[in-house]
Amino acid sequence: MPTTFPPPVRRITLDRTPTVVDPSVEPIRHTPVDRAHERGDQRERMTIDDLVVKYAGKPAVKGVTLPIRDQEVLALIGPSGCGKSTLLRTLNRLTELTPGATYEGRIALDGQDVRALPVTQLRRKVSMVFQQPNPFPMSIFDNVAYAVKEQSKRAPKKSALMPKVESALRRAGLWDEVASDLDRPALRLSGGQQQRLCIARALAVEPEVMLMDEPCSALDPKSTMVIEELIRELRKSLSVVIVTHNLAQARRVGDHVAFMYLGDLVEYAPAEQLFTDPRAERTREYVSGSFG
Amino acid sequence: MSSLPVLSPHRPEAPGRLARAREELGGWRLVDLLAYGAAWAAGLMLTFIALALLAFLAIKGVSFLSLDLITSRPEPGIDQSKTGGILDPIIGTFVMITIGIAVATPLGVGSALWVVEYGKPTWLARAVESAIEVVAGMPSIVIAIFGLALVQEHLFAWFSFTGEGGAVYGRSFVNAGVAMSLIALPLVFGATREALLTVPSHMREASYALGKTQAETIRRVLLPSVRSNIGTGMALGMGRIAGDTAIVVILLGASLRLQPLESADPVTNFFRGTGSTLTSFVYNNSPAGEGNAPDKAYAAGFFLLLIVILLNFAVSAVLKRGEDGPAK
Ligand SMILES: Nc1ncnc2c1ncn2[C@@H]1O[C@H](COP(=O)(O)OP(=O)(O)OP(=O)(O)O)[C@@H](O)[C@H]1O
Ligand SMILES: [Mg+2]
Repeated sequence: MPTTFPPPVRRITLDRTPTVVDPSVEPIRHTPVDRAHERGDQRERMTIDDLVVKYAGKPAVKGVTLPIRDQEVLALIGPSGCGKSTLLRTLNRLTELTPGATYEGRIALDGQDVRALPVTQLRRKVSMVFQQPNPFPMSIFDNVAYAVKEQSKRAPKKSALMPKVESALRRAGLWDEVASDLDRPALRLSGGQQQRLCIARALAVEPEVMLMDEPCSALDPKSTMVIEELIRELRKSLSVVIVTHNLAQARRVGDHVAFMYLGDLVEYAPAEQLFTDPRAERTREYVSGSFG
Repeated sequence: MSSLPVLSPHRPEAPGRLARAREELGGWRLVDLLAYGAAWAAGLMLTFIALALLAFLAIKGVSFLSLDLITSRPEPGIDQSKTGGILDPIIGTFVMITIGIAVATPLGVGSALWVVEYGKPTWLARAVESAIEVVAGMPSIVIAIFGLALVQEHLFAWFSFTGEGGAVYGRSFVNAGVAMSLIALPLVFGATREALLTVPSHMREASYALGKTQAETIRRVLLPSVRSNIGTGMALGMGRIAGDTAIVVILLGASLRLQPLESADPVTNFFRGTGSTLTSFVYNNSPAGEGNAPDKAYAAGFFLLLIVILLNFAVSAVLKRGEDGPAK
């Protein structure tokens, strides 16, 4: 009798919203990016100072220095494997979960070294959305409520959690679609809705910075537009760092864009400038589509 | 060999599809055709064997299965018509399943969680896996005799009846139930382990990214994710427990009627006493045993089969009702 046998594989089907544009749906308007943010005089929420991240001694990020300004979107672009996710995951110390990963340099949140903060507290201030929509296998309500509940506190009543759950779902632009049945299993939502639920969940901890690692790459164009609109909205109240392979997206949502190549930061500039008038030759090649 | 023709033995094929399948098979090499045919025949044969078994038991068993039989207690006797019913063995089977699975589930789920989620030091995790592999491969009669040797030690005297001279009898529901948990444990462990391994790491990270600890992540995210697989493992384990005979004969004893202990502690008397299960009843009353009531053996065997089948249905029904994900 073998111990192991293949269990029924849990298949998560993303019944996506069709990509065909429904004429009855009002098109999403592209609000021009508020260029006031490009003055660059916002407070620095986080600072990354000479950050080196290594996997088993092999550097994946090689001395990056970057500011993450308050109320703006920083877009990280660069070819596959250049260290974008690694950089992002170091900001909330998720890399520490990878065996063999080490980092040097300084990351500060509001002037305080992130290593000085208890990691659970840091991650509530710097929350994260992943590439694959990954709601937990529970109801829509519980997904958000799980984030709201603070660790080690006794489970509060559902009614006590409701205001926070509702506000998070509203901020993620999902409330109107799910309000009628919050007890529905989250995995029954469409892919785009699932990703917005993940955003709601990440907002429920009331973060100061939101990290997003290719949040739209598993979604259809329409859901992508909805989420981009959401990111522009979120920027008013927090800082967003988004990794994307979609250059048009980086240009649409980014206030500043950082271009990375083989672990190095090649260029950091206001979005429009980086795409129209890059300083570095490599950036020029990359944004014109010559490589990457 | 781009697309394999789907030939279902049970579904009548539309003539167009059959013709198309034949056309595609025409391009196959002979060995492939033979292997395909053999696989097809094997599936058909297994289905036939299963149906034949069910039919045999149903025909033999149903005619003797009556409400009276399953609600009356076994009586000692030589004449088959006076040997009573199978109530005690039915209760015994359920008690066995309950004790066995109640012990096996926390152990199996707990050790799977530890192996997959912590697993440090690595050698210890590998050792745990190998140990469970060994238990899985152990014939239940070996577990039974080893268990009996152990529980006849004076240390374990409380768990069963003690004879005149102070000899520990060793046979009781608790002792047999704990031994039974060993045959269910690898199934629960295996199902949980495999399921945990299929939970993508970004699911765990999503929880950590909300400032949750590993303990909270396991409790609130991982356990709900693998719940249905734990259920499947439990159902398989319960089936194995219900069907095991060696442990019952050796560790529960041969009295057909439930015989609770007579001690100062009435609550536990039942579990420290002995009895029988449907399997030991079948064994005893088959031509192989002493009871010699073969008709009742068939009836009991059929009833056992029904219990196992219903158990599987019940578990999947309960799981489906609480299922969070899309139907699988
Ligand atoms: N867990 C890990 N262990 C070892 N090396 C890793 C690990 N994760 C990433 N790396 C390596 O670090 C480098 C940077 O990887 P990273 O995932 O940060 O790239 P990326 O820019 O996000 O790429 P992509 O655009 O494909 O997501 C790569 O060379 C990769 O092979
Ligand atoms: Mg990446």
